[in-house]
Amino acid sequence: MAECHPVAYRFVMEAKERGAKIIHVDPRFTRTSATANIYAPVRAGTDIVFLGGIINYILQNELYFKDYVLNYTNASFLVNEDFRGPDQLGGLFSGYDEKDQKYDRKTWQYDVEDEQQQAYGGKHRSEEGESHSQGAMSGKRVGPPKQDLSLQDPWSVFQILKKHFSRYTPEMVEQVCGTPSEIFIEIARTLAANSGRDKTSAICYAVGFTQHSTGVQMIRAAAILQLLLGNIGRPGGGILALRGHATIQGSTDVPTLYNLLPGYLQMPSESYDCDTVVKYVQMNWTPTGWWHNMPKYIVSLLKAWYGPHATAANDFAFHYLPKINGDYSYNQMFYAMNEGRLKGLFVMGENFGVGGINARYQMEALQKLDWCVVRDIFPVEVGDFWKYEGTDPKSCGTETFLMPASLVAEKEGSFTNTMRMLQWHDKAVDPPGDARSETWFMYHLGRRMQELYKDSTLERDKPIQHLLWELPIKEPHTGEPDLHAVVKEINGYTIEDGKPVAGFAALKDDGSTACGCWIYSGVMSPDGINKAANRQADPYGINFGDPGFTNHSNWGFAWPANRRILYNRASADPDGKPWSERKKLVWWQEDENEGASGGLNQSAGEQHGDATTPNHKGKWVGADVPDFPADKSPFTPADPHGAGMAAHSGHAPFIMMADGVGQLFAPNGLADGPLPTHYEALESPVHNPVYKQENNPVEIRHNREGNMLNPPFDPAYPHVVTTYRLTEHHTSGAMSRWVPWLSELQPEQFAEISPDLAAETGLENGDWATLTNVRGEVELRVLVTTRMTPLLINGQKVHQIGMPYHFGFKGIVTGDTPNNLIAMTEEPNVRIHEAKSFTAGLRKGRRTVPPLPTKPVSSDGMVQDRGGEAGQLNREVKLGVVDVTRHENPPVDGGFTHNVIEATGQGRAGSE
Amino acid sequence: MATGFFTDTTLCIGCKACEVACKQWNQLPADGYAMTGMSYDNTGALGATTWRHVAFIEVPASKKRLPMATPAPPPAAVPSADGGNTEGLKILNINGEAALQVGFPDIGQWLMMSDVCKHCTNAGCLQACPTGAIIRNEFGAVYVQPDICNGCGYCVPSCPFGVVALQHDDGRAFKCTLCYDRQKDGLEPACAKACPTDSITFGDLDDLKMRARQRVAELHARGETSAYLYGVDEETEVGDLNAFFLLKAEPEAYGLPVAASLPQNRVTKGFVAGFAVAAVLSVFSALAFKRKHS
Repeated sequence: MAECHPVAYRFVMEAKERGAKIIHVDPRFTRTSATANIYAPVRAGTDIVFLGGIINYILQNELYFKDYVLNYTNASFLVNEDFRGPDQLGGLFSGYDEKDQKYDRKTWQYDVEDEQQQAYGGKHRSEEGESHSQGAMSGKRVGPPKQDLSLQDPWSVFQILKKHFSRYTPEMVEQVCGTPSEIFIEIARTLAANSGRDKTSAICYAVGFTQHSTGVQMIRAAAILQLLLGNIGRPGGGILALRGHATIQGSTDVPTLYNLLPGYLQMPSESYDCDTVVKYVQMNWTPTGWWHNMPKYIVSLLKAWYGPHATAANDFAFHYLPKINGDYSYNQMFYAMNEGRLKGLFVMGENFGVGGINARYQMEALQKLDWCVVRDIFPVEVGDFWKYEGTDPKSCGTETFLMPASLVAEKEGSFTNTMRMLQWHDKAVDPPGDARSETWFMYHLGRRMQELYKDSTLERDKPIQHLLWELPIKEPHTGEPDLHAVVKEINGYTIEDGKPVAGFAALKDDGSTACGCWIYSGVMSPDGINKAANRQADPYGINFGDPGFTNHSNWGFAWPANRRILYNRASADPDGKPWSERKKLVWWQEDENEGASGGLNQSAGEQHGDATTPNHKGKWVGADVPDFPADKSPFTPADPHGAGMAAHSGHAPFIMMADGVGQLFAPNGLADGPLPTHYEALESPVHNPVYKQENNPVEIRHNREGNMLNPPFDPAYPHVVTTYRLTEHHTSGAMSRWVPWLSELQPEQFAEISPDLAAETGLENGDWATLTNVRGEVELRVLVTTRMTPLLINGQKVHQIGMPYHFGFKGIVTGDTPNNLIAMTEEPNVRIHEAKSFTAGLRKGRRTVPPLPTKPVSSDGMVQDRGGEAGQLNREVKLGVVDVTRHENPPVDGGFTHNVIEATGQGRAGSE
Repeated sequence: MATGFFTDTTLCIGCKACEVACKQWNQLPADGYAMTGMSYDNTGALGATTWRHVAFIEVPASKKRLPMATPAPPPAAVPSADGGNTEGLKILNINGEAALQVGFPDIGQWLMMSDVCKHCTNAGCLQACPTGAIIRNEFGAVYVQPDICNGCGYCVPSCPFGVVALQHDDGRAFKCTLCYDRQKDGLEPACAKACPTDSITFGDLDDLKMRARQRVAELHARGETSAYLYGVDEETEVGDLNAFFLLKAEPEAYGLPVAASLPQNRVTKGFVAGFAVAAVLSVFSALAFKRKHS
């Protein structure tokens, strides 16, 4: 975290100063390890064993938070007796189909009392008035699961969990992860001691967890651990996904993903009959819990996109949405290009010539396109695919357009980062030349497309013609649209008066509201204030509890509804009282004129009448916006036949889940098992010590020419390799390897190896070496350091090699691209590749293929041939200062005068 | 009012934001693009165009300290080839507790420290400057006036810390100005402003010293007894440093002199010794010639 998120790490250091213990688990000893209280080395890709080991330690020693686990998780739910786990089936779960390499999840389900159908269009809807959808909209709903509150039933989730993780002992952790068991036990003990009523612990992770063939299950393991320790929905707890770039959280919220619509609504698919919004809802709806409101969000989205053309009569133009009719995930795009099925591509702010997996394969695939548009701030690697190593530009028929993009200070906009907080940034200077913002590009592209199609009478062109695509222009001299209008659309507004809605609770499914992304609703106040631009920090100590605790609720806007901690109902006990004074966040405050509360046991006896009427009057209050219906008493019983939130009791904090509780065991939603299970990485030098099954049985592999996996246990590729970032560079180097001040700090591609491996390969510190596997060769220099260590895995010595992945063939500092060594594979749930654990061989000397030509660099650090290459882009980094000279040519939209801007900062007195 | 830096190495995370902020504000060029192999330190040292430098020092647990740029420590410190435990693989984990372990990196501490001009009370460079280019400004900082400096270079060997240097293509001497220009506008220096963990703090020297002493007492109370202040409350020839440090290893580990001394204080002694040697040699040669002639 200190390496890749140094600014966020400020708060970790501050916590450490106040007594927090920092535990760091990483294959190499990093800047984070240097400041941590406990460091543990681990073999890349074995996190499930490490976390499973802690889970087992906590279960065996009864260190879990009993009241939390019993009330807020599905620990007491009983599972179908046909369920079989990996300990019985050699590493597989029941329901595995060997032929299709897929699971049937039938046996993973709960043992339910009764089955029932929940009609969409029931009582709650008639209250809201007339609906466009008459008739049956029924979502699947099963009755409440059988429960055993003593947690002793062998078919209870708790006992299944205990049995499943029982083989993840400290000895197993040492054998599989290579982590000395004493250190492992110290970590387990520290974590358990720091959780409970009075204390909480947080787990931070980044792509070291996710980029594995078991990536989703690694995060699941962390979630199970945090649920057992009572660390979810409470201040100081949680699982924090440290996001890799600015606003990468934002780009999943308002997604750049092929299978999602804004706000995590599913993209309609051809795989099920989905030609009407009713059928779409039917397939994707959860009748119980907050997702019950989903119809309002999809209808409001359609209204935001198609405006007056989306009416109840035409099913809100639902048929305009494209339907997924195949696999369009990231890797598939490149196969489609290679096979000539994909003709054109926009590449915007992405440099997969360095950052892509099997980067060479992806660069070569671009050469098969008809056209390609690359937008970036520098002429980065990906734009040069047509003269990539070994390519004769004459043989590449792709027409390539380089479009200059503006930098962050050259445009306004928002970031949504790790904590789901939207933070606004203002524009400081005009961008150079024809460089423009993404909004400008997309808006004017859309505008021109509508112009092109305006006379078409074809039905298929209606979605373009009818798209609501009007933005006021804020800057006549650049043609930049006014983002206030975009924020308003995302926030949502009422159709009638065009006023922003107060939040997603105000959205309707009758077409009277529009909203571009329901989870962001509330970012604009009804009087038009953009709350993302709020910058009022709290002084320390204004809140209660820990004297330093404060929520900074007037700084930016955190979705949903400016809630800083999700599921914060869990910060209070089932009766609505804070678990402890020290960790209070939100709690139930009864109205003063009401009688004393009866407690849960008493209210549990009351049978469901109208479940929405609380037994006790009062409201949820506290330092955060309660993540719960504001006046729903903790003593409200669940209505087993109720819809939406009424189906949840007043002590079910996980409102987005169908049953309102945290899932220790996940009957649905995962392709590779209801519980995390260790499988070896697809490329691993050792056999799976935990189960007979070696790899994730449902992993999607793409063995094809140019993208082969190393043969299993090939002695030519004996080392475990992992990639990472350095503080000094940013991802593919597109923003750092072009800046002299950053380039000089980490100027060359290197790999970190242990002195032991150096001795074995005859390498000395600083020597040139080559990493090889079936995908190719990468030359680099070695940094021999005692921060790396060989591990003893199941009696076998395993070397780990770590290397940053920032380098490519363009920029001030250049080097081979390590991602060329990684195969494109797909984790079965979210299709992430396995970049953090693969195998390779290491040999002394440079690679045999001639090294790539590097750019001539003059003595003052200027790269010689920058300006012209980027077409219109004339941004030059001279001594790191952006010397911006406007282009003489008038821009396409709106003629601005060609003034000259010099952003030179303070010159050194009299030096030049 | 005298101002200065208090650099607390126990808070440094080695992000080098200070280096970049300094170069950006002061418009200093990059020094070149070569990997040094010295841990993550590719800057090497302070110089005419590098006024902040973050040093990275890897201190293995098995040895007191690994000399910089040494490729490989003795093979005894790693598991043997057969995968068994090597005899004597006694290492310390980072809490300093002894443990016998396999598969734990042989790293005791990874020290990081942001070095800078110390702005000494008795500044060697200032004393040596023949043109009066180096002055003590109103903020108590030692400042090289670039319009007066003639590039004689006398200041360079006079600095006991090796801070000030001549710019090769310019000829004049440059070093940290303690952001004289920013201070004049009431702004804190760029490095302190950029530091995400407040390892570098800027302020009134008396305040800083008070806070630094408190910090050492706090760390000692926590059991981190290796913490001490460098450049404050010490008897050295350079006097108190306006940019002082809280260190957790001996000064040499960071490349700092144990007790900084001024070269000019050795001049008289040096001359006397030189004259004495010359005199003795003259007498000897005179005697030798005399004997030959006689």
